[in-house]
Amino acid sequence: MNLPIKTFTRKCFLKTEAKVSNYKKSSRTLIFFGFSMLLSACSSLGVQPWERDILSKKEMIFGACVLEAGFEDHTYFSKEGSSGGRSFSAGGCGCN
Amino acid sequence: MNKFLLLILMLFSNLTFGNLIYANEIDLSKYQGKVIYLDFWASWCGPCKESFPWLNQLQKKFPDVKIIAVNLDKNKQDADAFLKKHPADFEIIYNPSASLGTQFKVKGMPYSIIYDRSGQAKFNHIGFSQKKADQYIQEIQSLREPKK
Repeated sequence: MNLPIKTFTRKCFLKTEAKVSNYKKSSRTLIFFGFSMLLSACSSLGVQPWERDILSKKEMIFGACVLEAGFEDHTYFSKEGSSGGRSFSAGGCGCN
Repeated sequence: MNKFLLLILMLFSNLTFGNLIYANEIDLSKYQGKVIYLDFWASWCGPCKESFPWLNQLQKKFPDVKIIAVNLDKNKQDADAFLKKHPADFEIIYNPSASLGTQFKVKGMPYSIIYDRSGQAKFNHIGFSQKKADQYIQEIQSLREPKK
């Protein structure tokens, strides 16, 4: 089948245009899904009050020596007039 | 014979640990017409230890107030050990999945919500302090009194 050059180029152009619009559509859906996934990214941040039992244990303190950490913490809060921040191995209830 | 022994054991365990019930939901409508004190606690929480004797006193003082304490420990043994040390004269619900914690938006431990007779949440407290005990009692008392 011999098509005149004009019709052939026009057909090719339409095809590529359709392909481009398909790509656009799919990229749009991808971006949409990407953003919708981002929306839930911060939904489960933080520790719930009832999950603090393990975190409040002494073993959970950063560093190898609990006593040394306690000593450093004491020095720090004596100087800065603050406490907590690094760890707080109290009841862990988050209410005090 | 074994079944009989099991029954006795079950009865005995019920007497020892109170009626520890597993639940993922609470039907508060059952207690409509009563003031409800809903308390969320865990065995590792310091102020919860303080709150239990007070809750026992509260139950004695106001027998018409329904106290429900929801335990959010992952291990039942921890809750059992706590209850051995601090026995409870009120209903205990065991909720290891902590679904009730999410449902009632528990913000700290212990956390309590006081409902009026119509089932509306009127007061909530994050934590427990003996210093505020009078305030808690006043709140409960205000809900117990019939509306003028």
